[in-house]
Amino acid sequence: MKTTISSLSPPQLNVLVILRLLIGWHFLYEGAVKLYSSSWSAAGYLNDSQGLFAPMFKAIAANPGLMAAVDFLNTWGLIAVGLGLIVGFLTQAALIGGMILLGLYYLSHPPFISAQYALPSEGSYLWVNKNLIELFAMAVLYVFPTSHIIGLDRLMQRYGQQTKQSSPEEVAA
Amino acid sequence: MTPDNSNTHSSGITRRDIIKGMATVPVLGAFWASAAAKQSYDGSVKEEILNELNIKASLPPPTGSMAGTPLRVGIIGFGIRGEQLVRASGFATPEWLTRMQEAAQKNSNDTRLKDFLEQESLNIQYTGVCDLFDIRAEKALEAVKTDQNNPKRYRTYQEMLASPDIDAVIIATPDHWHAPMAIAAAQAGKHVYVEKCMTHKIQETYDLYDAVTQSDIVFQVGHQHRQTQSFLTAQDAIQKNVLGHVSLIQACTNRNSDNGAWQYNIHEAASPSTIDWQQFLGDAPNIPFNKEHFFRWRKWWAYGTGLSGDLLTHDYDRINCLLEMGIPKYVTASGGVYTHRDGREVPDVFQVTMEYPDYSTGSTQDQGKEKGMTFLYSASLGNQYSRPTLLMGHDATMELGNSLTIYADPRSTRYQTMLEEETVDPNVPLYAYSPGQKGVDGVTSATAKYFADKGLLYTYRDGKRVDSTYLHIREWLSCIRNGGQPSCGIKEGFEEAISAHMATLSYKTGQRVEWDAKTRRIVNVEDPMVAAT
Repeated sequence: MKTTISSLSPPQLNVLVILRLLIGWHFLYEGAVKLYSSSWSAAGYLNDSQGLFAPMFKAIAANPGLMAAVDFLNTWGLIAVGLGLIVGFLTQAALIGGMILLGLYYLSHPPFISAQYALPSEGSYLWVNKNLIELFAMAVLYVFPTSHIIGLDRLMQRYGQQTKQSSPEEVAA
Repeated sequence: MTPDNSNTHSSGITRRDIIKGMATVPVLGAFWASAAAKQSYDGSVKEEILNELNIKASLPPPTGSMAGTPLRVGIIGFGIRGEQLVRASGFATPEWLTRMQEAAQKNSNDTRLKDFLEQESLNIQYTGVCDLFDIRAEKALEAVKTDQNNPKRYRTYQEMLASPDIDAVIIATPDHWHAPMAIAAAQAGKHVYVEKCMTHKIQETYDLYDAVTQSDIVFQVGHQHRQTQSFLTAQDAIQKNVLGHVSLIQACTNRNSDNGAWQYNIHEAASPSTIDWQQFLGDAPNIPFNKEHFFRWRKWWAYGTGLSGDLLTHDYDRINCLLEMGIPKYVTASGGVYTHRDGREVPDVFQVTMEYPDYSTGSTQDQGKEKGMTFLYSASLGNQYSRPTLLMGHDATMELGNSLTIYADPRSTRYQTMLEEETVDPNVPLYAYSPGQKGVDGVTSATAKYFADKGLLYTYRDGKRVDSTYLHIREWLSCIRNGGQPSCGIKEGFEEAISAHMATLSYKTGQRVEWDAKTRRIVNVEDPMVAAT
């Protein structure tokens, strides 16, 4: 989807950038906590999985080698997405990565009608939970990109244009 | 921040581009500063608690090598437990293998077959099999035969023990046969692994103790929970007086199924022609052939030891391996047959209190104020609500399972300052140890506690899920091969059996049973089981 920068009003841009920062902060801190907690593993979380995909998540948890890889990818994935969103670097890719992670969290613990989780929840959810909402908030950021205005992607874009001096083209965000 | 399209078609990087491009980078600084402050706060709290507790989380030492000539083992009794023990030592029946293969195909989470196949070989050969029921004996032969080993079926345990082809025996018979067989094995110089309860009668316990201590055999009682990974960590916590004076211990059995109440299947081929009934009876009252007594022997005192010998012993031994509190001074028991009124003699709801008036795990209060402890066991075969094992001290409570969780007591003396400063919250574990986690950690979150409670974390050794029965047999075999003392030897077995028999005596007589540690005798009640024979 192509969205031109000029289609955003100042309040729209401000709100979207703040939303990007908030989600980035959340991802970065979730990743940092896992990185600094030597005993952290997603094994318990995955073992608590329910629903259609539970067998897959439980199989991952039962395999120590695979679990180590999942823990590594999850931790560094969260950190990379968080950094990307905060500084606005490769933001569209970071958003896709973040949505994939949130999609996996949602699918491993879907709040369907008969679901009962050992993991305590701070709220009450039916079909829709905060993972799903955050996922769609990221979808909003994906279709209304801001990093070409506020973010390192802007500099990347300018740098790209500089190296292609002879062929100025309309820029699509 | 304002939308900016003025530079859309320009080619140079302007100052405006740099300002807007870098506008959100300072957020990283704010993030770093607050995350570091948070980390430092959490870290200092955690460090303060861990320094105060100083618990050393450690794993049980690995047992020795299994290399060398294969040890020649005989299995006596191939019922439910016998089959499990043989399997834990590396030999499964073809029926089990087929069943597990089907189960794994149906459910990819079912790793029982995979775990079995990946288990390290214990380098043993079952050269002999002994079971009084032809079908089970045949089944055992099928399970243990290999290309290099053609096992022999022995009709009696005496013949097996007389054979030069047997180095060691595993005894998994009804309880009333444990001691006669183990004594004969010790006298024949065969190493023994015997299931709990180690003996059926009080006098047998002394006789077996003498037979084993006067021999050179390696003797192990089948309390496989001694292999639990959290055991040494729990022991260290108690030795460092983390709990303060423990005055009450609670342990429970909670089951609610016919199988859990020993109402086992009766094999269709069971008959006087396939079962050696007279040999089964042994010293039990001579009654005509009775299938139910043969397959469901745990329900009658003549063959079994009831909840005290069957399940109390597990919990007692689990605590005894932590505290080494030994045989109680007084035992009182009560109960009845309340949910399985099927003609059984042994109770299905059972309470035991074991008193240790002189025992103490340590104290943090004025000298002499605290002394004495009660071990309280409560069992129901009519409800399976999980009641945890709790060690309740003045300063903290330890919840003991596969994982280990310690909570500070709100009125603790030792943690008083930390409680006042809110460094310690009585509702959040002061210390938690889950062997399934990647490493060893101190204070954990409520979430981790949930996972530990629900048993969602596996126990691994060397990165692999392992069966504690396998570890327990391995320990026994290692002591035979490499020397050393098994964790549940004759001393521990003696304490387990006497304590359990005191509970049974109390239940049967309605009296408080007293133990004299000096003379090592029960002083006030006769053993009705001995008196009856």
